[in-house]
Amino acid sequence: MAWFSKGRAEVDAAAKRTLGRGVFRKCTECAVTLRAEEFTANLEVCPECGAHFRLSAEAWAELLLDPGSFEERDASLRPVDPLHFVDSRAYSERLVTTRKKSGVPDALLAGDGAIEGRKTQLAVFLFRFMGGSMGSVVGEKLTRTFERGVELGQPVILLSASGGARMQEGALSLMQMAKTVAALGRLRDAGQPFVSVLLHPTTGGVAASFALLGDVNIAEPRALIGFAGPRVIEQTIREQLPEGFQRAEFLLEHGMVDMIVARHQMRSRIARILDHLLG
Amino acid sequence: MAHLDFERPLVELEQRIGELEALAEGEGLAMDGQLADLRARAVELRQDLYQGLSIWQKVQLSRHPDRPYFNDYLERIFEDFVELHGDRLYRDDPSIVAGFARLDGETVAVIGQQKGRTTRQKVMRNFGMAHPEGYRKAMRVMELADRYRRPIFTFIDTPGAYPGIGAEERGQAEAIGRSLLVMSQLGVPVVATVLGEGGSGGALALGVANRVLMFEFSTYSVITPEGCASILWRDGARGAEAAAQLGLLSSKARELEIVDRVLPEPLGGAQRDAQAAADILGAALREELRELSKLDAAALREHRYARFRRLGRFLEA
Repeated sequence: MAWFSKGRAEVDAAAKRTLGRGVFRKCTECAVTLRAEEFTANLEVCPECGAHFRLSAEAWAELLLDPGSFEERDASLRPVDPLHFVDSRAYSERLVTTRKKSGVPDALLAGDGAIEGRKTQLAVFLFRFMGGSMGSVVGEKLTRTFERGVELGQPVILLSASGGARMQEGALSLMQMAKTVAALGRLRDAGQPFVSVLLHPTTGGVAASFALLGDVNIAEPRALIGFAGPRVIEQTIREQLPEGFQRAEFLLEHGMVDMIVARHQMRSRIARILDHLLG
Repeated sequence: MAHLDFERPLVELEQRIGELEALAEGEGLAMDGQLADLRARAVELRQDLYQGLSIWQKVQLSRHPDRPYFNDYLERIFEDFVELHGDRLYRDDPSIVAGFARLDGETVAVIGQQKGRTTRQKVMRNFGMAHPEGYRKAMRVMELADRYRRPIFTFIDTPGAYPGIGAEERGQAEAIGRSLLVMSQLGVPVVATVLGEGGSGGALALGVANRVLMFEFSTYSVITPEGCASILWRDGARGAEAAAQLGLLSSKARELEIVDRVLPEPLGGAQRDAQAAADILGAALREELRELSKLDAAALREHRYARFRRLGRFLEA
Protein backbone atom coordinates (compact mmCIF):
# COMPACT_ATOMS: atom_id res chain seq x y z
CA MET A 1 0.00 0.00 0.00
CA ALA A 2 1.39 3.37 -0.97
CA TRP A 3 1.87 5.83 1.84
CA PHE A 4 -0.58 8.35 0.34
CA SER A 5 -3.40 5.88 0.14
CA LYS A 6 -3.16 5.07 3.80
CA GLY A 7 -6.37 5.97 5.56
CA ARG A 8 -7.01 6.40 9.21
CA ALA A 9 -5.66 3.71 11.45
CA GLU A 10 -8.18 0.95 11.82
CA VAL A 11 -6.96 0.04 15.26
CA ASP A 12 -6.78 2.60 18.00
CA ALA A 13 -3.24 2.88 19.28
CA ALA A 14 -4.46 2.61 22.85
CA ALA A 15 -5.92 -0.78 22.06
CA LYS A 16 -2.52 -2.20 21.09
CA ARG A 17 -1.79 -2.86 24.72
CA THR A 18 -4.22 -5.71 24.49
CA LEU A 19 -2.16 -7.44 21.78
CA GLY A 20 -1.65 -11.01 22.78
CA ARG A 21 -4.84 -10.98 24.76
CA GLY A 22 -6.78 -14.12 24.16
CA VAL A 23 -3.44 -15.90 24.05
CA PHE A 24 -1.92 -15.12 27.43
CA ARG A 25 -3.42 -13.79 30.61
CA LYS A 26 -1.84 -12.57 33.79
CA CYS A 27 -3.46 -13.31 37.12
CA THR A 28 -3.99 -9.99 38.88
CA GLU A 29 -3.65 -11.69 42.26
CA CYS A 30 -0.46 -13.80 41.98
CA ALA A 31 0.93 -12.30 38.76
CA VAL A 32 1.43 -15.67 37.08
CA THR A 33 1.04 -15.55 33.30
CA LEU A 34 -0.73 -18.48 31.72
CA ARG A 35 -2.47 -19.26 28.48
CA ALA A 36 -5.92 -17.68 28.57
CA GLU A 37 -7.72 -20.95 27.91
CA GLU A 38 -6.24 -22.34 31.12
CA PHE A 39 -8.27 -19.75 33.03
CA THR A 40 -11.37 -20.42 30.98
CA ALA A 41 -11.10 -24.18 31.34
CA ASN A 42 -10.69 -23.70 35.07
CA LEU A 43 -13.96 -21.69 35.36
CA GLU A 44 -12.11 -18.37 35.59
CA VAL A 45 -10.25 -19.51 38.67
CA CYS A 46 -6.48 -19.00 38.63
CA PRO A 47 -4.93 -22.49 38.40
CA GLU A 48 -1.90 -21.22 40.37
CA CYS A 49 -3.33 -19.29 43.34
CA GLY A 50 -7.06 -20.13 43.26
CA ALA A 51 -8.18 -16.52 42.90
CA HIS A 52 -11.78 -16.39 41.64
CA PHE A 53 -12.46 -14.06 38.72
CA ARG A 54 -15.90 -13.23 37.41
CA LEU A 55 -17.82 -15.97 35.66
CA SER A 56 -20.65 -14.85 33.41
CA ALA A 57 -24.24 -15.51 34.44
CA GLU A 58 -24.69 -17.78 31.43
CA ALA A 59 -21.60 -19.80 32.42
CA TRP A 60 -22.94 -20.10 35.97
CA ALA A 61 -26.25 -21.49 34.71
CA GLU A 62 -24.31 -24.03 32.66
CA LEU A 63 -22.06 -24.92 35.56
CA LEU A 64 -24.83 -25.45 38.10
CA LEU A 65 -27.63 -26.99 36.10
CA ASP A 66 -28.04 -30.37 34.48
CA PRO A 67 -27.08 -30.17 30.79
CA GLY A 68 -29.90 -28.84 28.64
CA SER A 69 -32.23 -28.30 31.60
CA PHE A 70 -32.18 -24.51 31.62
CA GLU A 71 -35.15 -22.70 30.18
CA GLU A 72 -35.09 -18.95 30.44
CA ARG A 73 -38.18 -17.14 31.73
CA ASP A 74 -39.41 -13.57 31.45
CA ALA A 75 -36.78 -12.76 28.84
CA SER A 76 -39.05 -10.20 27.22
CA LEU A 77 -39.05 -7.72 30.12
CA ARG A 78 -37.48 -4.40 29.15
CA PRO A 79 -36.41 -1.44 31.31
CA VAL A 80 -37.89 2.02 30.89
CA ASP A 81 -36.72 5.45 32.07
CA PRO A 82 -39.45 6.61 34.45
CA LEU A 83 -37.52 9.64 35.76
CA HIS A 84 -35.92 10.77 32.47
CA PHE A 85 -32.68 10.51 34.38
CA VAL A 86 -29.63 12.23 32.93
CA ASP A 87 -26.11 12.25 34.33
CA SER A 88 -23.23 12.30 31.87
CA ARG A 89 -25.68 10.60 29.49
CA ALA A 90 -29.40 10.02 29.45
CA TYR A 91 -30.39 6.75 31.13
CA SER A 92 -32.52 5.88 28.08
CA GLU A 93 -29.40 6.07 25.88
CA ARG A 94 -27.32 4.22 28.43
CA LEU A 95 -29.83 1.38 28.33
CA VAL A 96 -29.46 1.08 24.56
CA THR A 97 -25.66 1.15 24.49
CA THR A 98 -25.33 -1.14 27.51
CA ARG A 99 -27.67 -3.61 25.88
CA LYS A 100 -25.59 -3.55 22.72
CA LYS A 101 -22.36 -4.01 24.62
CA SER A 102 -23.58 -6.67 27.04
CA GLY A 103 -25.96 -8.51 24.74
CA VAL A 104 -28.66 -8.57 27.43
CA PRO A 105 -31.60 -6.22 28.08
CA ASP A 106 -31.19 -5.92 31.86
CA ALA A 107 -29.27 -7.31 34.83
CA LEU A 108 -30.93 -10.61 35.77
CA LEU A 109 -31.04 -13.99 34.06
CA ALA A 110 -33.82 -16.23 35.37
CA GLY A 111 -35.39 -19.53 34.48
CA ASP A 112 -36.28 -23.13 35.20
CA GLY A 113 -33.64 -25.78 35.52
CA ALA A 114 -32.62 -28.93 37.32
CA ILE A 115 -29.73 -29.51 39.65
CA GLU A 116 -28.74 -33.17 39.97
CA GLY A 117 -32.21 -34.10 38.77
CA ARG A 118 -34.10 -31.80 41.13
CA LYS A 119 -36.24 -29.14 39.50
CA THR A 120 -35.38 -25.65 40.71
CA GLN A 121 -35.78 -21.98 39.91
CA LEU A 122 -32.47 -20.28 39.17
CA ALA A 123 -31.71 -16.58 38.95
CA VAL A 124 -28.29 -15.06 38.32
CA PHE A 125 -27.31 -11.40 38.31
CA LEU A 126 -25.65 -10.13 35.14
CA PHE A 127 -22.94 -7.92 36.58
CA ARG A 128 -21.88 -6.79 33.12
CA PHE A 129 -25.17 -4.91 32.77
CA MET A 130 -24.75 -1.69 34.77
CA GLY A 131 -22.93 -3.43 37.60
CA GLY A 132 -25.81 -5.83 38.21
CA SER A 133 -27.87 -2.96 39.60
CA MET A 134 -31.48 -3.68 40.56
CA GLY A 135 -34.20 -1.63 38.92
CA SER A 136 -37.79 -2.52 38.08
CA VAL A 137 -36.92 -5.32 35.62
CA VAL A 138 -34.59 -7.11 38.02
CA GLY A 139 -37.09 -6.71 40.85
CA GLU A 140 -39.98 -8.01 38.77
CA LYS A 141 -38.05 -10.99 37.37
CA LEU A 142 -36.83 -12.02 40.79
CA THR A 143 -40.29 -11.61 42.32
CA ARG A 144 -41.69 -13.86 39.58
CA THR A 145 -38.91 -16.35 40.27
CA PHE A 146 -39.94 -16.60 43.93
CA GLU A 147 -43.60 -16.79 42.91
CA ARG A 148 -42.85 -19.62 40.47
CA GLY A 149 -41.06 -21.40 43.28
CA VAL A 150 -44.29 -21.19 45.29
CA GLU A 151 -46.57 -22.25 42.41
CA LEU A 152 -44.41 -25.09 41.17
CA GLY A 153 -43.21 -26.19 44.60
CA GLN A 154 -39.55 -25.72 43.72
CA PRO A 155 -36.58 -24.29 45.61
CA VAL A 156 -34.97 -21.03 44.46
CA ILE A 157 -31.26 -20.64 43.91
CA LEU A 158 -30.06 -17.08 43.46
CA LEU A 159 -26.56 -15.89 42.61
CA SER A 160 -26.07 -12.23 43.45
CA ALA A 161 -23.41 -9.91 42.06
CA SER A 162 -24.56 -6.35 42.27
CA GLY A 163 -23.64 -2.88 43.41
CA GLY A 164 -27.19 -2.45 44.74
CA ALA A 165 -30.30 -0.55 43.72
CA ARG A 166 -30.17 1.27 40.38
CA MET A 167 -30.02 5.03 41.04
CA GLN A 168 -31.32 5.87 37.58
CA GLU A 169 -34.77 4.48 38.43
CA GLY A 170 -34.91 6.36 41.72
CA ALA A 171 -37.11 5.19 44.57
CA LEU A 172 -38.80 2.65 42.29
CA SER A 173 -35.54 0.70 42.53
CA LEU A 174 -35.70 0.99 46.30
CA MET A 175 -39.23 -0.45 46.28
CA GLN A 176 -37.98 -3.58 44.48
CA MET A 177 -36.25 -4.50 47.75
CA ALA A 178 -39.59 -4.69 49.55
CA LYS A 179 -41.37 -6.38 46.65
CA THR A 180 -38.81 -9.16 46.23
CA VAL A 181 -38.47 -9.83 49.95
CA ALA A 182 -42.25 -10.08 50.36
CA ALA A 183 -42.25 -12.71 47.60
CA LEU A 184 -39.42 -14.51 49.36
CA GLY A 185 -41.65 -14.58 52.45
CA ARG A 186 -44.23 -16.51 50.46
CA LEU A 187 -41.61 -19.01 49.32
CA ARG A 188 -40.74 -19.56 52.98
CA ASP A 189 -44.39 -20.06 53.86
CA ALA A 190 -44.63 -22.59 51.04
CA GLY A 191 -41.80 -24.59 52.61
CA GLN A 192 -39.42 -24.23 49.71
CA PRO A 193 -35.74 -23.51 50.30
CA PHE A 194 -33.94 -20.36 49.22
CA VAL A 195 -30.23 -20.84 48.64
CA SER A 196 -28.47 -17.49 48.34
CA VAL A 197 -25.04 -17.48 46.73
CA LEU A 198 -23.13 -14.23 47.22
CA LEU A 199 -20.63 -13.50 44.48
CA HIS A 200 -18.22 -10.61 44.19
CA PRO A 201 -19.48 -7.97 44.88
CA THR A 202 -22.85 -7.99 46.65
CA THR A 203 -23.58 -4.64 48.26
CA GLY A 204 -26.22 -1.95 48.81
CA GLY A 205 -29.87 -2.67 48.21
CA VAL A 206 -29.26 -6.21 46.97
CA ALA A 207 -27.34 -7.12 50.13
CA ALA A 208 -29.88 -5.24 52.27
CA SER A 209 -32.86 -7.18 50.96
CA PHE A 210 -32.89 -10.85 49.90
CA ALA A 211 -29.19 -11.71 49.47
CA LEU A 212 -28.47 -12.32 53.16
CA LEU A 213 -31.87 -13.92 53.85
CA GLY A 214 -31.05 -17.30 52.36
CA ASP A 215 -32.06 -20.38 54.30
CA VAL A 216 -28.44 -21.04 53.54
CA ASN A 217 -26.02 -18.26 52.57
CA ILE A 218 -23.01 -19.30 50.53
CA ALA A 219 -20.20 -16.91 49.62
CA GLU A 220 -17.46 -17.26 47.05
CA PRO A 221 -13.91 -16.89 48.34
CA ARG A 222 -12.83 -13.25 48.80
CA ALA A 223 -16.19 -11.87 47.58
CA LEU A 224 -16.92 -8.33 48.83
CA ILE A 225 -20.23 -8.37 50.67
CA GLY A 226 -21.75 -5.56 52.70
CA PHE A 227 -24.35 -2.87 53.10
CA ALA A 228 -22.22 0.20 52.39
CA GLY A 229 -19.39 0.28 49.89
CA PRO A 230 -15.88 0.60 51.35
CA ARG A 231 -15.45 4.10 49.89
CA VAL A 232 -18.58 5.38 51.61
CA ILE A 233 -17.49 3.92 54.93
CA GLU A 234 -14.00 5.41 54.62
CA GLN A 235 -15.49 8.82 53.88
CA THR A 236 -17.85 8.53 56.85
CA ILE A 237 -15.37 7.40 59.48
CA ARG A 238 -12.29 9.03 57.89
CA GLU A 239 -10.17 5.98 58.55
CA GLN A 240 -8.62 3.31 56.40
CA LEU A 241 -10.49 0.05 56.56
CA PRO A 242 -8.74 -3.03 57.91
CA GLU A 243 -7.43 -5.63 55.45
CA GLY A 244 -10.06 -8.20 54.55
CA PHE A 245 -12.97 -6.02 55.77
CA GLN A 246 -16.30 -7.03 54.16
CA ARG A 247 -14.72 -10.00 52.43
CA ALA A 248 -16.40 -13.40 52.47
CA GLU A 249 -14.01 -14.64 55.16
CA PHE A 250 -14.91 -11.64 57.36
CA LEU A 251 -18.61 -12.38 56.96
CA LEU A 252 -18.10 -16.05 57.82
CA GLU A 253 -16.22 -15.03 60.96
CA HIS A 254 -19.01 -12.61 61.92
CA GLY A 255 -21.74 -15.16 61.39
CA MET A 256 -23.38 -13.68 58.32
CA VAL A 257 -22.79 -16.52 55.86
CA ASP A 258 -22.94 -20.27 56.44
CA MET A 259 -19.97 -21.22 54.33
CA ILE A 260 -17.47 -20.22 51.71
CA VAL A 261 -17.48 -22.55 48.74
CA ALA A 262 -15.01 -22.62 45.86
CA ARG A 263 -16.52 -22.49 42.41
CA HIS A 264 -15.66 -26.09 41.54
CA GLN A 265 -17.61 -27.41 44.51
CA MET A 266 -20.61 -25.09 44.20
CA ARG A 267 -22.89 -27.39 42.25
CA SER A 268 -22.45 -30.42 44.47
CA ARG A 269 -22.67 -28.32 47.63
CA ILE A 270 -25.98 -26.75 46.63
CA ALA A 271 -27.35 -30.16 45.65
CA ARG A 272 -26.37 -31.60 49.05
CA ILE A 273 -28.05 -28.72 50.89
CA LEU A 274 -31.26 -29.21 48.93
CA ASP A 275 -31.08 -32.94 49.72
CA HIS A 276 -30.80 -32.16 53.43
CA LEU A 277 -33.68 -29.70 53.39
CA LEU A 278 -36.05 -31.53 51.07
CA GLY A 279 -34.95 -35.17 51.45
CA MET B 1 -35.19 30.21 65.33
CA ALA B 2 -32.88 28.60 62.83
CA HIS B 3 -33.40 29.29 59.16
CA LEU B 4 -32.14 28.30 55.75
CA ASP B 5 -30.26 30.78 53.54
CA PHE B 6 -33.15 31.29 51.16
CA GLU B 7 -35.46 32.10 54.07
CA ARG B 8 -33.32 35.00 55.28
CA PRO B 9 -35.28 37.91 53.70
CA LEU B 10 -38.47 36.62 55.31
CA VAL B 11 -36.85 35.97 58.68
CA GLU B 12 -35.38 39.48 58.67
CA LEU B 13 -38.73 41.01 57.81
CA GLU B 14 -40.43 39.03 60.56
CA GLN B 15 -37.78 40.21 63.02
CA ARG B 16 -38.42 43.83 62.08
CA ILE B 17 -42.14 43.35 62.58
CA GLY B 18 -41.42 41.85 65.99
CA GLU B 19 -39.19 44.78 66.94
CA LEU B 20 -41.76 47.33 65.83
CA GLU B 21 -44.48 45.51 67.72
CA ALA B 22 -42.38 45.61 70.87
CA LEU B 23 -41.63 49.25 70.33
CA ALA B 24 -45.29 50.12 69.73
CA GLU B 25 -46.26 48.20 72.83
CA GLY B 26 -43.49 49.51 75.10
CA GLU B 27 -43.48 53.14 74.02
CA GLY B 28 -47.19 53.40 73.28
CA LEU B 29 -46.40 54.66 69.78
CA ALA B 30 -48.99 54.51 67.05
CA MET B 31 -47.43 52.40 64.30
CA ASP B 32 -50.46 50.56 63.08
CA GLY B 33 -50.20 51.79 59.52
CA GLN B 34 -46.54 50.92 59.22
CA LEU B 35 -47.06 47.52 60.86
CA ALA B 36 -50.00 46.63 58.69
CA ASP B 37 -47.86 47.45 55.70
CA LEU B 38 -45.02 45.25 56.82
CA ARG B 39 -47.34 42.41 57.72
CA ALA B 40 -48.90 42.54 54.27
CA ARG B 41 -45.43 42.43 52.77
CA ALA B 42 -44.55 39.42 54.94
CA VAL B 43 -47.63 37.52 53.76
CA GLU B 44 -46.73 38.28 50.16
CA LEU B 45 -43.09 37.32 50.64
CA ARG B 46 -44.09 34.07 52.33
CA GLN B 47 -46.35 33.17 49.38
CA ASP B 48 -43.67 34.02 46.82
CA LEU B 49 -40.89 32.30 48.68
CA TYR B 50 -42.58 29.01 49.46
CA GLN B 51 -44.63 28.59 46.32
CA GLY B 52 -41.67 28.89 43.99
CA LEU B 53 -39.31 26.57 45.83
CA SER B 54 -36.71 24.73 43.81
CA ILE B 55 -36.19 20.98 44.25
CA TRP B 56 -33.05 21.61 46.25
CA GLN B 57 -34.79 24.11 48.53
CA LYS B 58 -37.46 21.50 49.23
CA VAL B 59 -34.74 18.97 50.03
CA GLN B 60 -33.31 21.53 52.47
CA LEU B 61 -36.74 21.98 54.06
CA SER B 62 -36.94 18.22 54.64
CA ARG B 63 -33.75 18.62 56.69
CA HIS B 64 -34.62 21.98 58.26
CA PRO B 65 -32.96 22.29 61.69
CA ASP B 66 -36.33 23.24 63.21
CA ARG B 67 -38.37 20.58 61.39
CA PRO B 68 -40.50 18.62 63.86
CA TYR B 69 -38.99 15.23 64.64
CA PHE B 70 -40.62 11.97 65.67
CA ASN B 71 -40.75 12.91 69.36
CA ASP B 72 -42.46 16.22 68.53
CA TYR B 73 -45.30 14.34 66.83
CA LEU B 74 -45.32 11.57 69.42
CA GLU B 75 -46.09 13.96 72.26
CA ARG B 76 -48.68 15.91 70.27
CA ILE B 77 -50.63 13.01 68.79
CA PHE B 78 -50.30 10.08 71.20
CA GLU B 79 -50.80 9.60 74.92
CA ASP B 80 -49.42 7.32 77.58
CA PHE B 81 -46.21 6.43 75.72
CA VAL B 82 -44.19 3.58 77.20
CA GLU B 83 -40.78 3.25 75.57
CA LEU B 84 -39.19 -0.15 75.09
CA HIS B 85 -35.42 -0.40 74.83
CA GLY B 86 -32.93 -2.73 73.27
CA ASP B 87 -32.71 -5.50 70.70
CA ARG B 88 -31.97 -8.26 73.26
CA LEU B 89 -28.83 -9.06 71.32
CA TYR B 90 -26.34 -6.27 71.59
CA ARG B 91 -27.44 -2.80 72.63
CA ASP B 92 -30.15 -0.15 72.69
CA ASP B 93 -29.90 2.07 69.62
CA PRO B 94 -31.18 5.60 70.37
CA SER B 95 -31.51 6.33 66.61
CA ILE B 96 -34.79 4.43 66.69
CA VAL B 97 -37.40 4.96 69.39
CA ALA B 98 -40.06 2.29 69.90
CA GLY B 99 -42.84 1.47 72.29
CA PHE B 100 -46.57 1.49 72.90
CA ALA B 101 -48.86 4.48 73.20
CA ARG B 102 -52.54 5.35 72.94
CA LEU B 103 -54.38 6.95 70.06
CA ASP B 104 -57.90 7.93 71.16
CA GLY B 105 -57.59 5.42 73.97
CA GLU B 106 -56.57 2.48 71.79
CA THR B 107 -53.13 0.98 72.25
CA VAL B 108 -50.85 1.06 69.22
CA ALA B 109 -47.16 0.43 68.62
CA VAL B 110 -45.14 3.48 67.56
CA ILE B 111 -41.69 3.15 66.06
CA GLY B 112 -39.72 6.03 64.64
CA GLN B 113 -36.33 7.26 63.62
CA GLN B 114 -35.21 10.04 65.92
CA LYS B 115 -32.85 12.86 65.05
CA GLY B 116 -31.42 15.14 67.71
CA ARG B 117 -31.99 18.88 68.03
CA THR B 118 -28.94 20.01 70.00
CA THR B 119 -25.40 18.92 69.16
CA ARG B 120 -25.38 16.57 72.12
CA GLN B 121 -28.69 15.02 71.11
CA LYS B 122 -27.54 14.72 67.52
CA VAL B 123 -24.51 12.73 68.56
CA MET B 124 -26.58 10.60 70.94
CA ARG B 125 -29.13 9.88 68.19
CA ASN B 126 -26.35 9.44 65.62
CA PHE B 127 -28.18 11.95 63.36
CA GLY B 128 -31.01 9.47 62.96
CA MET B 129 -28.77 6.88 61.31
CA ALA B 130 -29.54 3.53 62.88
CA HIS B 131 -27.23 0.59 63.43
CA PRO B 132 -28.42 -3.02 62.95
CA GLU B 133 -29.52 -3.13 66.59
CA GLY B 134 -31.93 -0.27 65.91
CA TYR B 135 -33.68 -2.26 63.20
CA ARG B 136 -33.61 -5.37 65.39
CA LYS B 137 -35.28 -3.43 68.19
CA ALA B 138 -37.91 -2.22 65.73
CA MET B 139 -38.53 -5.80 64.56
CA ARG B 140 -38.83 -7.01 68.13
CA VAL B 141 -41.47 -4.41 68.95
CA MET B 142 -43.33 -5.06 65.68
CA GLU B 143 -43.47 -8.77 66.42
CA LEU B 144 -44.67 -7.98 69.93
CA ALA B 145 -47.43 -5.75 68.56
CA ASP B 146 -48.39 -8.49 66.10
CA ARG B 147 -48.69 -10.98 68.94
CA TYR B 148 -50.98 -8.67 70.91
CA ARG B 149 -52.96 -7.59 67.83
CA ARG B 150 -51.96 -3.94 68.09
CA PRO B 151 -51.75 -1.70 65.01
CA ILE B 152 -48.33 -0.33 64.14
CA PHE B 153 -47.37 3.21 63.19
CA THR B 154 -43.85 3.79 61.90
CA PHE B 155 -42.20 7.16 61.30
CA ILE B 156 -39.35 7.62 58.86
CA ASP B 157 -36.76 10.35 59.18
CA THR B 158 -33.22 9.30 58.34
CA PRO B 159 -30.45 10.18 55.90
CA GLY B 160 -29.87 6.41 55.74
CA ALA B 161 -28.70 3.46 57.79
CA TYR B 162 -25.28 4.11 59.31
CA PRO B 163 -22.32 3.06 57.16
CA GLY B 164 -19.64 2.12 59.68
CA ILE B 165 -17.35 -0.73 60.69
CA GLY B 166 -19.44 -1.90 63.64
CA ALA B 167 -22.64 -1.70 61.58
CA GLU B 168 -21.10 -3.96 58.93
CA GLU B 169 -19.68 -6.36 61.51
CA ARG B 170 -23.09 -6.78 63.10
CA GLY B 171 -24.90 -7.25 59.79
CA GLN B 172 -26.50 -3.99 58.70
CA ALA B 173 -27.59 -5.55 55.41
CA GLU B 174 -29.14 -8.57 57.09
CA ALA B 175 -30.96 -6.41 59.64
CA ILE B 176 -32.54 -4.21 56.96
CA GLY B 177 -33.43 -7.18 54.75
CA ARG B 178 -35.03 -9.04 57.63
CA SER B 179 -37.00 -5.99 58.68
CA LEU B 180 -38.51 -5.92 55.18
CA LEU B 181 -39.45 -9.59 55.61
CA VAL B 182 -40.88 -9.18 59.10
CA MET B 183 -42.96 -6.18 58.07
CA SER B 184 -44.32 -7.93 54.97
CA GLN B 185 -45.70 -10.71 57.16
CA LEU B 186 -47.38 -8.71 59.96
CA GLY B 187 -51.04 -9.51 60.54
CA VAL B 188 -51.96 -6.10 61.95
CA PRO B 189 -52.55 -2.72 60.28
CA VAL B 190 -49.29 -0.94 59.51
CA VAL B 191 -49.13 2.75 58.54
CA ALA B 192 -45.78 4.36 57.73
CA THR B 193 -45.19 8.11 57.46
CA VAL B 194 -42.17 9.83 55.99
CA LEU B 195 -41.70 12.82 58.31
CA GLY B 196 -38.56 14.34 56.84
CA GLU B 197 -35.81 12.41 55.09
CA GLY B 198 -36.62 9.01 53.63
CA GLY B 199 -33.06 7.87 52.96
CA SER B 200 -32.73 4.59 51.03
CA GLY B 201 -32.77 1.13 52.60
CA GLY B 202 -32.49 2.55 56.10
CA ALA B 203 -35.84 4.30 55.54
CA LEU B 204 -37.55 1.44 53.71
CA ALA B 205 -36.69 -0.87 56.62
CA LEU B 206 -39.56 0.84 58.47
CA GLY B 207 -41.64 1.41 55.36
CA VAL B 208 -43.28 -1.88 54.36
CA ALA B 209 -46.76 -0.76 55.38
CA ASN B 210 -50.35 -1.11 54.20
CA ARG B 211 -50.45 2.62 53.72
CA VAL B 212 -47.48 4.94 53.25
CA LEU B 213 -47.96 8.64 53.95
CA MET B 214 -45.52 11.42 53.30
CA PHE B 215 -45.35 15.04 54.32
CA GLU B 216 -45.31 17.51 51.45
CA PHE B 217 -41.72 18.66 52.01
CA SER B 218 -40.30 15.25 52.80
CA THR B 219 -38.10 13.22 50.49
CA TYR B 220 -38.02 9.52 49.67
CA SER B 221 -34.94 8.49 47.77
CA VAL B 222 -32.90 5.50 46.66
CA ILE B 223 -29.74 7.35 47.74
CA THR B 224 -28.97 10.76 49.25
CA PRO B 225 -28.38 13.46 46.62
CA GLU B 226 -24.85 13.88 47.98
CA GLY B 227 -24.19 10.14 47.74
CA CYS B 228 -25.56 10.06 44.22
CA ALA B 229 -23.38 13.02 43.18
CA SER B 230 -20.31 11.43 44.67
CA ILE B 231 -20.92 8.27 42.61
CA LEU B 232 -21.85 10.02 39.37
CA TRP B 233 -19.35 12.87 39.43
CA ARG B 234 -17.05 11.96 42.34
CA ASP B 235 -18.17 15.24 43.91
CA GLY B 236 -20.59 15.15 46.82
CA ALA B 237 -20.96 18.94 46.67
CA ARG B 238 -23.11 18.60 43.55
CA GLY B 239 -26.08 17.33 45.54
CA ALA B 240 -28.45 19.91 44.10
CA GLU B 241 -27.88 18.60 40.57
CA ALA B 242 -28.35 15.01 41.67
CA ALA B 243 -31.52 15.92 43.58
CA ALA B 244 -33.01 17.26 40.36
CA GLN B 245 -32.55 13.82 38.76
CA LEU B 246 -33.57 11.49 41.59
CA GLY B 247 -37.30 12.26 41.68
CA LEU B 248 -37.26 12.31 45.48
CA LEU B 249 -40.07 14.79 46.19
CA SER B 250 -43.49 13.84 47.54
CA SER B 251 -45.24 14.78 44.28
CA LYS B 252 -43.13 12.30 42.29
CA ALA B 253 -43.42 9.62 44.96
CA ARG B 254 -47.19 9.92 44.75
CA GLU B 255 -47.14 9.81 40.95
CA LEU B 256 -45.10 6.59 41.02
CA GLU B 257 -47.39 5.16 43.74
CA ILE B 258 -44.49 4.85 46.13
CA VAL B 259 -46.64 6.72 48.66
CA ASP B 260 -50.40 6.57 48.98
CA ARG B 261 -51.06 10.00 50.37
CA VAL B 262 -49.23 13.31 50.65
CA LEU B 263 -49.92 15.38 53.76
CA PRO B 264 -49.97 19.14 53.18
CA GLU B 265 -47.76 21.23 55.44
CA PRO B 266 -48.38 24.64 56.93
CA LEU B 267 -47.20 27.39 54.55
CA GLY B 268 -43.41 27.40 54.59
CA GLY B 269 -43.10 23.94 56.08
CA ALA B 270 -43.94 21.98 59.20
CA GLN B 271 -41.28 23.84 61.21
CA ARG B 272 -43.35 27.04 61.03
CA ASP B 273 -46.25 25.44 62.92
CA ALA B 274 -45.50 22.07 64.50
CA GLN B 275 -48.92 21.84 66.13
CA ALA B 276 -50.74 22.37 62.83
CA ALA B 277 -48.54 19.71 61.20
CA ALA B 278 -49.25 17.33 64.07
CA ASP B 279 -52.99 17.93 63.71
CA ILE B 280 -52.81 17.10 60.00
CA LEU B 281 -50.82 13.93 60.69
CA GLY B 282 -52.99 12.88 63.61
CA ALA B 283 -56.17 13.20 61.58
CA ALA B 284 -54.65 11.24 58.68
CA LEU B 285 -53.44 8.41 60.94
CA ARG B 286 -56.89 8.06 62.48
CA GLU B 287 -58.51 7.88 59.06
CA GLU B 288 -56.07 5.29 57.78
CA LEU B 289 -56.43 3.14 60.87
CA ARG B 290 -60.21 3.28 60.66
CA GLU B 291 -60.11 1.89 57.10
CA LEU B 292 -57.48 -0.77 57.77
CA SER B 293 -59.23 -1.98 60.92
CA LYS B 294 -61.91 -3.46 58.67
CA LEU B 295 -59.45 -6.06 57.39
CA ASP B 296 -58.51 -9.28 59.17
CA ALA B 297 -54.93 -10.53 59.53
CA ALA B 298 -54.86 -12.50 56.26
CA ALA B 299 -56.45 -9.63 54.33
CA LEU B 300 -53.93 -7.17 55.76
CA ARG B 301 -51.02 -9.37 54.65
CA GLU B 302 -52.55 -9.75 51.21
CA HIS B 303 -53.23 -6.01 50.99
CA ARG B 304 -49.62 -5.19 51.84
CA TYR B 305 -48.29 -7.76 49.39
CA ALA B 306 -50.43 -6.38 46.57
CA ARG B 307 -49.44 -2.81 47.43
CA PHE B 308 -45.74 -3.46 46.88
CA ARG B 309 -46.21 -6.14 44.20
CA ARG B 310 -47.41 -3.60 41.65
CA LEU B 311 -44.53 -1.14 42.14
CA GLY B 312 -42.14 -0.83 39.22
CA ARG B 313 -42.13 0.37 35.64
CA PHE B 314 -41.10 -1.84 32.73
CA LEU B 315 -42.25 -3.08 29.34
CA GLU B 316 -43.17 -6.62 28.48
CA ALA B 317 -43.24 -7.73 24.87
